Amino acid sequence: MVNRSTCAYCGVGCGIEIHTNSDGSTSVKGDFEHPANFGKLCSKGSSLAHTLTGEGRLLHPKIHGLRASWEQATHYVASEFTRIIDEHGPQAVAFYVSGQLLTEDYYVANKLMKGFIGSANIDTNSRLCMSSAVAAYKRAFGEDSVPASYEDLEIADLIVLTGSNTAWCHPILFQRIKSAKAARPQMKVVVIDPRRTATCEIADLHLAIKPGTDVALFNGLLNHLQASGKTDAQYIQQHCEGFEAAMASARQAGDIQQVATLCDLPASDVAEFYQWFADTERTLTCFSQGINQSSQGTDKGNAIINCHLATGRVGKPGASPFSLTGQPNAMGGREVGGLANQLAAHMEFNPQDLKQVSEFWQAPNIARTPGLKAVDLFDAVAAGTVKAVWVMGTNPAVSLPNAGKVVQALQQAELLVVSDCIETTDTSTYAQVLLPAAGWGEKDGTVTNSERRISRQKGALEPLGEARQDWRILTDVAAAMGFAEHFPYTTAADVFREHARLTRLNRHSPRKLDLGNLAELSEQQYDELAPVQWPVLDNMDSQRLYGDGHFSTDSGKARFVAVAYSGVSHPVSPDWPLALNTGRIRDQWHTMTRTALAPPLNAHKPEPFVEIHPDTAADMGLEDQKLARIQSPWGSAILRVNVTDSLRRGELFVPMHWNDQWARGARIGELVNPAVDPISGQPESKHTPCRIEPWHPQWSAVMLSRDNLPIPDCDYAAKIRGKHFYRYELAGDATATDLTAQAQQFADTDAEPSVLYQDPRQPAMRSAWLDAGGLRTCIYIGPGNSGIIANADRNWLSGLFGKPELDAIERKALLSGKSPAGVEDCGRTICACFGVGEKTILKAIREHRLTDAAAVGKLLKAGTNCGSCVSEIKGLLAAN
Amino acid sequence: MRHHAVKTESSKPKLVFVGNGMAGTRTLEELLTLTPDKYDISVIGEEHFGNYNRIMLSPVLAGEKTIENIMLNDDEWYRRNNVVFYKGEQAVAIDRVKRQVTTRNGKCIPYDRLVLATGSTPFRIPVPGNDLTNVLTFRDIDDVNNMLQLSRHKQHAAVIGGGLLGLEAANGLRKQGMDVTVVHAYDAILNRQLDKTASRLLQDTLEQKGIRFLMNAATDSIQGNADNEVCGLNFKDGRQLAVDMVVMATGVQPNISLAKSCGLQCDRGILVNDVMQSFDPAIYAVGECVQHRGQLFGLVAPGYDQARVCANHLAELGIARYTQKALATQLKITGIQAFSAGQFDHVPDSEEITFFDGQLGHYKKLVIKDNQLVGAVLYGDTQDGGWFFELIQQQTDISPIRDQLIFGKDFCQWPEQATAPLPAAA
Repeated sequence: MVNRSTCAYCGVGCGIEIHTNSDGSTSVKGDFEHPANFGKLCSKGSSLAHTLTGEGRLLHPKIHGLRASWEQATHYVASEFTRIIDEHGPQAVAFYVSGQLLTEDYYVANKLMKGFIGSANIDTNSRLCMSSAVAAYKRAFGEDSVPASYEDLEIADLIVLTGSNTAWCHPILFQRIKSAKAARPQMKVVVIDPRRTATCEIADLHLAIKPGTDVALFNGLLNHLQASGKTDAQYIQQHCEGFEAAMASARQAGDIQQVATLCDLPASDVAEFYQWFADTERTLTCFSQGINQSSQGTDKGNAIINCHLATGRVGKPGASPFSLTGQPNAMGGREVGGLANQLAAHMEFNPQDLKQVSEFWQAPNIARTPGLKAVDLFDAVAAGTVKAVWVMGTNPAVSLPNAGKVVQALQQAELLVVSDCIETTDTSTYAQVLLPAAGWGEKDGTVTNSERRISRQKGALEPLGEARQDWRILTDVAAAMGFAEHFPYTTAADVFREHARLTRLNRHSPRKLDLGNLAELSEQQYDELAPVQWPVLDNMDSQRLYGDGHFSTDSGKARFVAVAYSGVSHPVSPDWPLALNTGRIRDQWHTMTRTALAPPLNAHKPEPFVEIHPDTAADMGLEDQKLARIQSPWGSAILRVNVTDSLRRGELFVPMHWNDQWARGARIGELVNPAVDPISGQPESKHTPCRIEPWHPQWSAVMLSRDNLPIPDCDYAAKIRGKHFYRYELAGDATATDLTAQAQQFADTDAEPSVLYQDPRQPAMRSAWLDAGGLRTCIYIGPGNSGIIANADRNWLSGLFGKPELDAIERKALLSGKSPAGVEDCGRTICACFGVGEKTILKAIREHRLTDAAAVGKLLKAGTNCGSCVSEIKGLLAAN
Repeated sequence: MRHHAVKTESSKPKLVFVGNGMAGTRTLEELLTLTPDKYDISVIGEEHFGNYNRIMLSPVLAGEKTIENIMLNDDEWYRRNNVVFYKGEQAVAIDRVKRQVTTRNGKCIPYDRLVLATGSTPFRIPVPGNDLTNVLTFRDIDDVNNMLQLSRHKQHAAVIGGGLLGLEAANGLRKQGMDVTVVHAYDAILNRQLDKTASRLLQDTLEQKGIRFLMNAATDSIQGNADNEVCGLNFKDGRQLAVDMVVMATGVQPNISLAKSCGLQCDRGILVNDVMQSFDPAIYAVGECVQHRGQLFGLVAPGYDQARVCANHLAELGIARYTQKALATQLKITGIQAFSAGQFDHVPDSEEITFFDGQLGHYKKLVIKDNQLVGAVLYGDTQDGGWFFELIQQQTDISPIRDQLIFGKDFCQWPEQATAPLPAAA
């Protein structure tokens, strides 16, 4: 059976076919008919079937750690929310939701909080991802509407990828650009990124910009465009406002040389970029987290958009400012209003919109003012003003900046409810109530990708255990809170139709979001909904927006925004001399709750790491592949050093993914500074001042086990799931006294090891547990600088878990940590004195054409000591 | 005068070997390789056989090999090499003045050079009854034949002595279907060759084969019946054991009576210098009958080393010198691998690296001192014994491969600059 759905990961929103085989197993393939990917999938998407495992799933509701019925859990959540609202008012409660939720889930959550609880304290992890882009679009176009389509990637003559490691974060879009460039070599690609990422593979020009200086670069560009007469005066005059003010501000960026100096770029590179941009009508500027995750993210977005407005390149084929969103349904969340500063369906907290929505919802108690944005929201939880928070499908203990403070907030919240498909996350650990949500493959609804394309995400599997759709969980709680008549949904389509009807209100405004034609879908039509870009109207081309120069503002004109470079919030200093950048890696997703379950995805970058330029590494006394402690004023982490000249000197890159479920001491969110963009509230995750030093553990260890063992409580730990095994890289500061006991503790067993190696001189021991001759667990502990730990052949050891039984040589080699490849099975021992085996002797006889025992002895020594084996050697000679 | 006494048809000097055992014959073989025609050679051998591999008597007793299998040199070999072989002759006197050896049958065999390779005699513990019928030792083919014959109509055997030879005897007799009890005076078998752990593993294995052990058992007397046949053992602590056959495997004594009788300087063995010469420069001695720098020898390896040196000197090359080396021992029981070399028990200032696979019964211990391997005990998997033994003998600095050492040569990679490690002592 085949179910068409969409990928669980990034904002590209690839179509996927979930094949359910006759044996109940599932496999996934790209959907050749889906216009986002035309059948292609990246490494993460291809591995989705691996994540369809029961492992780690939350199967039943739990209250205070005890299993509860849905009725009990729903009632508990509803009554506790009601109690806290009664005691402290609606501002004392909050939802923190996720770009992983489907549009239907988002809609119900938003309606419940804003419409009926009467607070706008619903924010989403999309805040961390693209809220600056939202704010920039709204400031420029009057609405959060992305003007471009993926097709523009293929028809542009110049693609500027700024703050976007497209190759790893939007791999299918990267493949589309790469193919287009291969077909049209004259097409140019400029990558603007402090790091020389994998995306630079296709770059004609890479500007390794100094972090945080993007506004200056694009203001300089605007300046250059005007100076070189490349601005479109007519377009500006007819379709835009605020150009003069923006130009005045841009002029302060100075000439190319000044920009180059500020951005720490070669002036010739800046000039070339400017020249290409000026000369290329079909220019598409794609921007992502490198622009958005900044204390000046909104201004950066507008600096980019200003250049496109000045050249009239908005919503035209191959020409637009194009925000690439991070999550599969960040866009859907934006559409329903899942951010605290949006109301619903792109409407705002103004009297007119409030009136419309409250009437539509029949919600007189509707929230009248924006709520708390993510960082402020958890600050309020920490301060005790927000007392109850319901976290849905996200992991703020890992992903928010200053994550240590977030953990404190979660610990002291009066009520923490977590609905998730995974039982144990760094966040759910602190929850009083756990609600099992359907996971990818089970979830049913719609998502919107980066090009405004709505696709069905259709469940192929029954939810595991008692897991339910998020919209249903919310609907039941809403009913239990007394709002049943306003939440009458029995299917996802019910919710979707209402959402589509609500967007129709935009018809009476300049806003573009209108799903009007979808408001009357039947259940079957909804089920079979083909991917479609909004607005979904008969009389409107939805492929691109604003190409006609008519924008969503009241005046219909786009707004230039006067922006000025102001630098990062927390610059480096003598005490904190390095700049920490965070981001994604190719094969992991967010906090790894899914991707870490897929063995193929853990092989690329198995351990949490910090990238550093060789010169900086030398300055700091760091060695490649050794451990380092990295500290910021907000926290610290221990990571494996990856020396690479793809970074600028003085800067560090650390992946955002690792957390306490897969590591110890590696949650980079703890270090990230809490500064946010004043407009969007998006944190500055791309720049935190920090320092780094070598970390010399007293001991280090590598352990592999067939079992999913708890991560030992030590200073450094990384857990890697492989095929048939888990690997643990461990290190600690404390001097170990009883290594045997420690090994047993790590291996989580009381049993004596089957094989044991000890060397008392140093803290060294290796042990293995086998059952029925097959490998269960092996562990190697040595001194901090131990060669055996560093050199243990992990690949070979990993392979042993696929075997029911180790052969004699494997078993002998096991605790050496070295593959016996190349070590010959020398067979039954013939000469015991010199340890010469039958096979060795036979081989020598054959290869050297030996004819007597003396010759064998001369070559192999066999038989030359006690001579006991001479008769056997003679026997072998005779037989050959 | 001497000239007249040794006058024969040949003008070549005469070399006589007393003893046809492993050390003596190896000396002869080495000499023939170095210089086949230097001497007129004769060999006086007490046993009625050619030269055989004595340490393979255990497999013969166990029924795994035949006497033919373990023969090294037959009569034809002596003929081919122009060696006069006095088989079954016992040398009873040496006239060092006349330079001749007299045999029990009255033959007078003149020599210019004499090699004494008289070996050793099993030690019989001095307790009452040690000469009863069916109290045997385990030294030569006759002993093996006696044991095999008795095993056919006796049921209960005691082997006194839990050393290498005792355990091999016990295993052989068990294989022949007897009830066998090993009586050992200490709390661990092979206590001179193995450490406690390996000893325990070995005892477990042997017990699984049906051999019983009586530990810490000091024999007080051996009891006989009316026919003067052995019927039991009495121990100092009052324990008793009913048996109808006893094998004494309580060590050996060098055979030095012949040497002593001709006035050669002896202590516990025949005293020899570093080229294996006795105090009479015409007389050499090799093997278990010698005492070199205070040391006696009970294993074949040093005997072979001595043979090489002795032959070199007899060939008048004069470039070899015997030095005692660390010793390796190996138990010869089929299916059991036990190995030890060097110092391995409570060596001061040493460190012990251990490997233990309890399910397979594999145990390894390496003793490291000053970054050198000084001792090794292996049980179960002894494949790398020879290599460890080399490292011990060559006093190699093993620090670059310490982490992998115990896994054997195949798993040790020397750092680039030290691919051919030099002995530390070089």
